[in-house]
Formats: sequence, C-alpha cells, structure tokens
Amino acid sequence: MKQGIYSIQKNRLIARDTWEMRLKGDTSALCRAGQFVNVKVGNAYLRRPLSPAAWDNESMTLIYKVVGRGTDWLAHCQTGDSLNLLTGLGNGFDTDVSGDRPVLIGGGAGLPPLYRLAEELLSKGKKPRLIMGFGSAAEIYYLKEFEALLPVTITCMDGSAGICGPVTGAKLQAGDDYLYACGPPPMLKALCAYPLKGQMSLEERMGCGFGACMGCTVRTANGAKRVCKEGPVFLKEELLW
Amino acid sequence: MVNTAVDLCGITLSNPIMGASGCFGYGAEFAELYDINCLGSFSFKGTTLHPRFGNSTPRIAESTGGLLNAVGLQNPGVHKVIAEELPRMRGFFTKPVMANVSGFSLEEYVETCRLLDGQDQVGWLEVNVSCPNVHMGGLSFGTTPQSAAAVTKAVKAVCSKPVIVKLSPNVSDIASIAKACRDAGADGLSLINTLVGMRIDLKTFRPVLFNGTGGLSGPAVFPVALRMVHKAAQAVDMPIIGIGGISSAEDVIEMMLAGATAVQIGSANLVDPFICRDIVEDLPRVMARYKITDLKKIIGGMC
Repeated sequence: MKQGIYSIQKNRLIARDTWEMRLKGDTSALCRAGQFVNVKVGNAYLRRPLSPAAWDNESMTLIYKVVGRGTDWLAHCQTGDSLNLLTGLGNGFDTDVSGDRPVLIGGGAGLPPLYRLAEELLSKGKKPRLIMGFGSAAEIYYLKEFEALLPVTITCMDGSAGICGPVTGAKLQAGDDYLYACGPPPMLKALCAYPLKGQMSLEERMGCGFGACMGCTVRTANGAKRVCKEGPVFLKEELLW
Repeated sequence: MVNTAVDLCGITLSNPIMGASGCFGYGAEFAELYDINCLGSFSFKGTTLHPRFGNSTPRIAESTGGLLNAVGLQNPGVHKVIAEELPRMRGFFTKPVMANVSGFSLEEYVETCRLLDGQDQVGWLEVNVSCPNVHMGGLSFGTTPQSAAAVTKAVKAVCSKPVIVKLSPNVSDIASIAKACRDAGADGLSLINTLVGMRIDLKTFRPVLFNGTGGLSGPAVFPVALRMVHKAAQAVDMPIIGIGGISSAEDVIEMMLAGATAVQIGSANLVDPFICRDIVEDLPRVMARYKITDLKKIIGGMC
C-alpha cells in the first residue's frame, strides 16, 4: 500500500450518473486488476474505495457512479485539483489460473476492474469475452473501449438495449471455461450457480480499506476474511451466500 | 529540546501516543507502513477467551465527523493471540504492548487476563467493560459502579501487571464508576469507548448497520471525550488514557490538559494510516509553539 497525492487530469460524465476520472501520480503499488484505491473525499470522514479501470506508469483511470455524498463530491472535482489516495489495496484477480477462454461478467459500477482484467488476460494470450449488465441503455459506458479488446454481450434490466433482464439472461457459451465477475451481491449470487470455476470481487462497506478495523469481514468456506485485505477477489467456491 | 516522555503505571512511554484498540489490529498492518516503535505503545485488538467472528456486515456506517462501527469484537481468541499474534508482533514491536481484553462473564475476563498477564511482551492489561456492540457483552459490566468494580477486583486478583479499566461514555455518572474502579484496585483508566448511535438507510428504511446500533467514534466525539476525561481526572488520582476523536498533536495536548497521562488514537488511523507517526513527529514542534518543555508537567494542567 502507498499513500499519495494525485492530480486530476480529466473528470467527465460518460453515462447516467457515471464519471470517468484520470489521475496523474504514482501507480507503482498497483499490481493486479481488481485491486482498489481508497479516495479521500472532502465532505465525508471515510475514504471511498474504487477499483481502477486502467493504469500505466504515471496515471490511472477511475470510473465511479454517483450514489451518495462522497461520489457526488468527486463528480464536482475539477481538472487540476488534487486527491489523496491510498493505492494498491486488496488482492486483485489471479489471471494465471483461468483457462484460455474466460468469460468476464460485470454489472453496472462493477465493470471498471474488468477493463484492466481484460487487458491482463489478453497480454497472457488468453481470449476473454465480456457480458456487461446495466439497468438501462442510458447507463451503458465503455462499450467502445471494451469492444476494442474483446467480444461484448450487453444486457439491460429494462430491455432498452441488448438482452432484456439480468446478466444471467446471456447464456454461457460452449467454449467458456472460467468466470471472472464483479457486481452487486444478487448478481454474484446468481452467477454462483454457473458450472464454472471462477473468481468474484465483493463489495462491502469498509472502514479503513487496509485490514486494520475488521469492518468488512465476511464468512467464507475458508473462515473469516476481510474483503479489503484477503479480498476483494474471492474464489467462487469459497463464497457463502 | 522538549521532553515528551510520560510514566504510565510505572512504565515510561517515550511519548504519550498509542494506537487504540480496535483500530490498530495486532499492529502488523501498520508495521508494514512504518516503524511502529516510534509510538509510546499501542493497545491491541480486543481479545476474548474464545475466537469470535463478530457481527454480520454492514459493520460500518458513516456519520458527520466520524463513523459508527458494530464489528462485535471479532478476534482469534486469546490462545491464538498468544500462539501466533504475539510471536509475530515480536518481529516488529519491541516495546511493552497493551493487552485489551473483553469478556462475557467474570470468569472469562479473569481467565483471558491471567493468560495475557503471563506474556512478557504485555506491559498493561486494558480491561474493556464498555463494548456497545455485543449482546450480554462488556458494556453491561461498565455501566454500574458495582459491576465495573467486580470485574476490576476479579482481574486484579490474577494479574501482576497494571490493570487499566476502559470505561464507557454511555453512563450518567462517570465519576462514580471511576471511583469504584479505583477502590477495586485499578491502576489506571482509559476513556472513552464509543458512544452508542444508529443510522437509517433512506432507500430501505432499515438501520444501516446489521446490528441495528453501533459505536460512534471520530473527531465528532472529541469534546465529549475531553469532558469525560476531565470529569474522571477530577474524581480519581490515577493515570488516565484519553481516547476519543484525537487527530492531531494539538488534540493530544488538549486531552492531557484535561487530565490524560497518555492518549490513544483510534478512528484517525483508518483514514490516515500514518497519523500516529505524524502526530509523534509533530508533537515536539507543537509543544514548542505553546512553550511546553516537559509534557508530563501539563497533565491535568487546565486552569
């Protein structure tokens, strides 16, 4: 984990309530897709955990949905403003254990880390595909960016784009051999019925984000685990619902 | 040069800054970030006789100037703490550590304290009679002078090391409880634990916390803590550890003026993981600014 000050290079609305923010600063603590950063916001006590969509040696891209006061404050930040971040938190996805044709499934605000994950899987010569689920067409973001990397299937709860209904409406295909998922708990729970091994990133209200407060502990088949430290990515098989 | 050293129940602290129980784990997460030997000491995660998972999530709710927690005393149990956490701690912390103990019965407090008293790394026992987040838990021992005294007396009978009783702010008369602990043989007091509170989620009309209620901590409680430390310090002549929303070297000095011999930093660690180190480094500068040369001389020094 590292603490650093990051300069906002870009902060723009890319879909309904959904913002893309590019930050310049030290990204050396980020090692794997699915890790997260904890962002200090100006109008609330606790930091806000966000999993970056992408990063290089000197900048990272956060995509966040405005769901409350903290994210609303972030949406009002301007280019040139500075943010205090803790970076390199959590374990991230393990890309070595999947087969050659993993299926990535992301719901709404859970999609961002799957962008970086897709890049990492491609760099290892794997051929991932993506199912992205939204509430409605107005919430769709990063479609072009994802389509530039891998085949994409869209689902929308209200039927306004793609397959109507939840992500489980997009059936598995014959070649799918591993599952990576990030999204709301009901989605992950439903995906646990799939006959594939896989990894899932959990979301939970956190205190510190680095393992000190036990605020985000969940029961797993392998005992009590902190979502922020031993997670947020867990083996599908070890999750208890 | 300024002198930051204080004496806590016969053990010299190089400075009065300690990590507070529940916000500092068993030290390992912070030792990865900086050399925690710069601290006076820290109080490790509240430990019970048996392992505890704690409450279901959500365990954390935000509030203006702080947070509510309802972790529910998650800990690996005293036997695992002795077998695994203390040996690991030896690798990164060389000073005496404060052992925070919770219990669900008098017998459990006694047995857990007895086991930890026998560990040479432990400098003090901090007996938590004030956890608001477990049913039938410690808080019930801390809300009347009689029950607080009973725990204190029973623990003192099996401990050779100083026993510090951690008090709840959720009481009407902190002075009478402080006196009861003193009369039962306590060597010191620490206060405050968290204030019971709740938040309701407007999207669901349900409590944010799975537990329904939780303990409020953070800068929002600092004035409450300051006043209760002052009240306790007026009532008893014994070392008091001031806890509650401390986030700066200025807060430390204010708390000591109210009567604290040492302080514990809790919630601030969760937001700023380097805060304890930063306060230790800031303290001499802030002392100089207010013309304080010897920190222990300001204890209870409010005019």
